[in-house]
Amino acid sequence: MSDETTQRRIAQMVPRGSRVLDLGCGDGALLDLLQRERGCTGYGVEIADGNVLKCVRRGVDVIQLNLEEGLALFQDASFDIVLQIDTLQHLRNAEVMLRETVRVGRVGIIAFPNFAHWPNRLSIARGRMPVTRRLPYEWYDTPNIRVGTFKDFEALAHKNKLRVLEAFGLQNEREVRWLPNARAGTAVFRIERSA
Amino acid sequence: MSFEVTPQTMSFGEPLPLRSGARLAGYSLTYETYGTLNANRSNAVLVCHALNASHHVAGVYAGQPKSEGWWDNMIGPGKPVDTDRFFVIGVNNLGSCFGSSGPMHVNPETGRVWGADFPVVTVEDWVDAQARLLDALGIDTLAAVMGGSLGGMQALSWTLQYPRRVRHAVVVASAPNLTAENIAFNEVARRAIVTDPDFHGGHFYAHGVLPKRGLRIARMIGHITYLSDDVMNEKFGRELRHATAEGASYRYSTQDVEFQIESYLRHQGDKFSEYFDANTYLLITRALDYFDPALAYGGNLSAALAAAQAAFLIVSFSTDWRFAPQRSREIVHALLDNRRRVSYAEIDAPHGHDAFLLDDVRYLGVVRAYFEGIAQEAAP
Repeated sequence: MSDETTQRRIAQMVPRGSRVLDLGCGDGALLDLLQRERGCTGYGVEIADGNVLKCVRRGVDVIQLNLEEGLALFQDASFDIVLQIDTLQHLRNAEVMLRETVRVGRVGIIAFPNFAHWPNRLSIARGRMPVTRRLPYEWYDTPNIRVGTFKDFEALAHKNKLRVLEAFGLQNEREVRWLPNARAGTAVFRIERSA
Repeated sequence: MSFEVTPQTMSFGEPLPLRSGARLAGYSLTYETYGTLNANRSNAVLVCHALNASHHVAGVYAGQPKSEGWWDNMIGPGKPVDTDRFFVIGVNNLGSCFGSSGPMHVNPETGRVWGADFPVVTVEDWVDAQARLLDALGIDTLAAVMGGSLGGMQALSWTLQYPRRVRHAVVVASAPNLTAENIAFNEVARRAIVTDPDFHGGHFYAHGVLPKRGLRIARMIGHITYLSDDVMNEKFGRELRHATAEGASYRYSTQDVEFQIESYLRHQGDKFSEYFDANTYLLITRALDYFDPALAYGGNLSAALAAAQAAFLIVSFSTDWRFAPQRSREIVHALLDNRRRVSYAEIDAPHGHDAFLLDDVRYLGVVRAYFEGIAQEAAP
């Protein structure tokens, strides 16, 4: 997911000059790309010391914060875009953070591993939890504490009165628009709060 | 051994107006510099000191191999703030007892030692004085201003008083003002000093005595608040001073030193009372109490920080309860409200407030990375 092609695809969804908040920004590579090539400004939020250091090294402004504590540091509608790239699946309060995402930002872009991708279904049908390139962990040591599907997210968005502006799958660096719930390892949603 | 340094002193004739309404007619500032100012004067870093420190930030004095400056692990050739790239300035603040004009000196207007009559100085006054020193050194804009604790307050204040003269501010283990509990600790320390029979209303110099008992207790209280419960337990626990081979044995005395922590605190107090000035302690703790940039904005820190133009690095330490991470987050919050550039590192360190002076690879690593970024900007 951190591969450059995927990052470039996400970056294309961010309008030039946007003010961006990247929740769980990792080493800051995506924000760096957005700043250099799309004239964006903004901050990353990250909990891991090593990633905070990498962000500072590349000149990406980063706030060290545990997302489970919420986004009280950030004002309503203070960002054009809030990114949650491979972050949601690690959060205990994933639904609260989704609401927070559209509170502090006008538009949220969310990407996460789609558990309903067909190889995962096949593995489950065989009676075993999937271990794939996209989901490389065993069930007992996975950091992915929220395993959801493309369709699950649609339902969650609906429940929280979020408007889905765009939704597609990503598989092998290609967009999947037809049956993404079965055919894509990664789900991507662009959402906004319904007025 | 660290590099050799020499303190310098500069005298100022033009009176300095103070926040209290008083003015300091003539004064001098003691300072040190490390590294070389580059041709376009873009690599200057001002380091502001905390309560009991001074202009001697880094390096050692000739013939005194153990005289390292208080931030020698942070600043020097090849250090996180690399003096091979930056021109670093450390200034002793007004009212201090380490060289700059202070209560131990003679008031030029009366010919008598200032003592308790030295005017009350604030963080803002210090920053004004530091700015005049920079003027005299021919430095218009700082690549960075940095400090920890009370030094961090000065760094923050720089960005508000002289927003156009500061490109970066590094504010470590600091706060936008003191909490009631924090003022309370300062007040206990001050009462210990003021009620010492040797204090003589602050004019003890004339009596040939020093209020050492008060200073000792002030330092003991301060020291407790600079450490974390965990570190104190790890370092001392319930260890007894006079443990025997058979194990612990109480002496059943109310006044002797029984526990190692008592011995340690008394030692720290004794050491401190030998070199620190009582009036300086009162002045500096008061400057801490008074600092509150949000006061003029009805307590709204975001409004207060709207003036800042600098980019910020804010650092706090998880076990620091004297200047807790929450206080640093308030600064971060206000900067975010103003859409200022800010990075914030919350270091999970066990050492309490003292952590800002210690070696922690994550802490020193983040500061190093931040200054590497500044160096690239400042390159001619």
